[in-house]
Amino acid sequence: MTVNETLATYSNYLVYGAMAAYTIAMIAFAVGFAALRGRDLVPVAAAPAEQGVGGVAVATKVEIAVGGPDDGALPPGRRAGNIGMSLTWLGTLLLGVGVLLRGLSVQRAPWGNMCEFSTASAFAVAATFLVISLRRDVRWLGVFVVTPVLLTLGAAMTFLYTDAEQLVPALKSYWLVIHVSAAMICGGAFAVGAAVTLLFLVADAGERRARLGRPYRLDWLARRLPESPRLDAMAYRIHAFMFPLWTFAIVAGAIWAENAWGRYWGWDPKETWAFITWVAYAAYLHARATVGWKGRKAAIIALVAFGCFLFNYFGVNILITGLHSYAGV
Amino acid sequence: MTEVRDTAPETVDARQSFSTAPVETDPAAPVGIGVSGWLRWVWRTLTSMRTALILLFLLALASVPGSLLPQRGTNPIRVNDYLANDPVKGRILDRLGFFDVFSAPWFAAIYLLLFVSLAGCVLPRSLQHWRILRSRPPAAPRNLGRLPEHRRVEPAPGTSPQQSLDAAAAWLRKARWRVDTTSYDGSTGTVAAEKGYARETGNLVFHLALLGLLVAIAYGSLFGFKGTVIVREGSSFADTRGQFDSFTPGKAYDDATLPPFAFTLTKFTADYQRGGQQNGAAREFSADVRVVSEPGAAPTTQNIQVNDPLVVGGVKVFLVGHGYAPTITVRDAKGEVVFRDSVVFLPQDGNFTSTGVVKAPDTVPQLGLQGFFLPTAAVDSTLGPHSTFPAADDPAVFLSAWTGDLGLDSGRPQSVYKLDTTRMTRLGIDALRPGESWTLPGGHGTVTLDGYIQWASFTVASDPGKELALLAAVAAITGLALSLLVRRRRVWVRVSAEPGGVTVVDVAGLTRSEHASVAEDVDALAAAIGTTTSTRTTAPEGAEENR
Ligand code: HEM
Repeated sequence: MTVNETLATYSNYLVYGAMAAYTIAMIAFAVGFAALRGRDLVPVAAAPAEQGVGGVAVATKVEIAVGGPDDGALPPGRRAGNIGMSLTWLGTLLLGVGVLLRGLSVQRAPWGNMCEFSTASAFAVAATFLVISLRRDVRWLGVFVVTPVLLTLGAAMTFLYTDAEQLVPALKSYWLVIHVSAAMICGGAFAVGAAVTLLFLVADAGERRARLGRPYRLDWLARRLPESPRLDAMAYRIHAFMFPLWTFAIVAGAIWAENAWGRYWGWDPKETWAFITWVAYAAYLHARATVGWKGRKAAIIALVAFGCFLFNYFGVNILITGLHSYAGV
Repeated sequence: MTEVRDTAPETVDARQSFSTAPVETDPAAPVGIGVSGWLRWVWRTLTSMRTALILLFLLALASVPGSLLPQRGTNPIRVNDYLANDPVKGRILDRLGFFDVFSAPWFAAIYLLLFVSLAGCVLPRSLQHWRILRSRPPAAPRNLGRLPEHRRVEPAPGTSPQQSLDAAAAWLRKARWRVDTTSYDGSTGTVAAEKGYARETGNLVFHLALLGLLVAIAYGSLFGFKGTVIVREGSSFADTRGQFDSFTPGKAYDDATLPPFAFTLTKFTADYQRGGQQNGAAREFSADVRVVSEPGAAPTTQNIQVNDPLVVGGVKVFLVGHGYAPTITVRDAKGEVVFRDSVVFLPQDGNFTSTGVVKAPDTVPQLGLQGFFLPTAAVDSTLGPHSTFPAADDPAVFLSAWTGDLGLDSGRPQSVYKLDTTRMTRLGIDALRPGESWTLPGGHGTVTLDGYIQWASFTVASDPGKELALLAAVAAITGLALSLLVRRRRVWVRVSAEPGGVTVVDVAGLTRSEHASVAEDVDALAAAIGTTTSTRTTAPEGAEENR
């Protein structure tokens, strides 16, 4: 099978186009974020919800202090945020078509080496963000998602770059489609989860210091973020939703390994780190569900888990030799 | 999110029994001196979830060195290199089992303890959940007004208290809640309902599946086996233990279960990328074999590829490697053939620079050759003889010839890939292309490179536990999805007579799942009974961030 060079070239142009769109989106999101009014870090509504119990209607629903309706005019930063969202849609569309064309140019799944994994994973991150944006307003999160997407694409098109080629025999299997796409979708969602978790830590630290009346260096950032419990809940939902899929990705990998190497689990470095990542995310879920560690401690476990995920991707591919040595770099 | 934590005592009970999770308290230190008291303490500590989690963490931590240090099971050569380069640290690490992490006793200790802990924790919980599944939803707390979700409802005029209760029960049954009703006794009547038991069921299925997985792994490694063998083109392999180059049986493995098949490698094909960034990368490996599935059966022609093993007699044969076998003839001074064979040379790099040896024990003195086979030969001053492409575009061998005592009679086992030159002297070195001969100095005869063939290496593996493992994995994923995505929630309706002859209807709900509130359920239920007159709701986590 030959490589369709024309399609491969168009694919690269589309990825560059997506990068251009993301760059402007990043700036727009940053401008929008900076223009947010910011909230008071000691919310009035932090008073106990039990007030007024006794049959009287009490709506304790907390109004978010930032960006409320502003006499018909758009709230500050809203227009820039809208531009950011539109350009993120555009960039992700271009990127999606770029990934598709890369696949068509070689007639196979477009994730056979680190250049392609990175491009497709960047797509997964952006797509996760857009899916969440369908259900809630996440303009404030935009800059924190688009920036890593842009960095990943930059890496893919420079030092990870590989021309479109056929696959090594070890990867010629329909399990490449199933196992790797599941892992990349998880990676995309885990990345968004990690970004939200990181922002949770900032908001949480800001609120705690504000309560104690202490200064906080990241105050400007914390004040523009939603309340920490919301961030915590959002991060949890992303992780809880993805954990079964991550389990599936590992099981699919095991089935593939059985079919390629004759054993479904052999403690190859890649397998070992997938297991470690899985245990770390399981520990995060347990910490919240059974130990009742909401907040900081659980958040740190989630970040450690994402660190393991990243190490499995970059560290194991580049530093360690094992059966999974197809990074192509 | 404003979670109500310190609710009135009567709701605490309804809240805790949402899951069979044990209440995590430090098991009381052993009381008294009795051995049984002590054992009970050990058992309770071991089966607490905290211990299980610590063990799980330890298991992950213990597998880290196994991924960073070379492991004997997969890479014995690099282990030896490590020991040679850093003997002191290497010896200590070796003693502690760090080169065999996954079969080290301390590693086994962790997962066996985890197994016991998991079983001791999950089995009683399953029983408990089984009982809950067959019992009624918990009775309504005394004061529904204190629950996080509460509505006071006014039924349509003329509705009797019993009709309100029936309407509530009917709505709940239709929405597939488990419902418990009492009739109105003139002062009060309640409906209690619960939904989402699948959450706890899924959770238990998941944890039981982990146990199943451990059983499957243990079963497979006890009764399975794995063997590898190198087969040259034109040669055959019969599935008996003696024909394997290496054979790793499980502890309970029985030779009689080895299926009696045989196959001949008729042709091996490899295809490589030519040109471009990935010049030399493999594109296709394919082994054509003629298989006899059991003695006396008619041979069939089959093809084995990476990702496409041969399935025969309940085991699988995997293509795992390949290389070259130069065909070499050695003649003595009289021109008699003393050696002729295609000798397996082992690849050393991605371009198949391969090394191997020839031992000709039947000449006096004995003769040995060692050297390189280069599929695409090149020589330069830094790399020496090496290959520049994996395909045999321009093959050559570089051989050095030795004469003396091969050491085969010393009784010590010798590798066929190594020449023991301690009692030999070197005759010289030469390069040969196919068809060329080299007349050894000193009248020791001639060496001819006739050509080359290819070899392929195969793994024959059987794991009788793998079906069970797959079943357990599927159960684990299903259970996990249920336990993380299903919401478990409870609602109650109480109709009561207030002083003055008014009847009031309270609707309230409770959930512990993190990602949803029970507010919608309570609203819908209230609407099915009448008009909501007052609302108490805690900020739902789900409806948010409209900024
Ligand atoms: C391989 C190790 C384990 C994994 C991956 C694991 C995973 C999980 C997951 C994903 C949950 C659901 C968390 C949630 O509802 O948000 C859970 C819950 C739970 N696990 Fe584990 N678990 C493991 C070992 C154990 C062990 C050994 C025990 C007991 C000794 C245990 C006891 C529990 C309990 C009691 C819950 C229920 C939490 C609740 O219902 O609120 N787990 N586990």
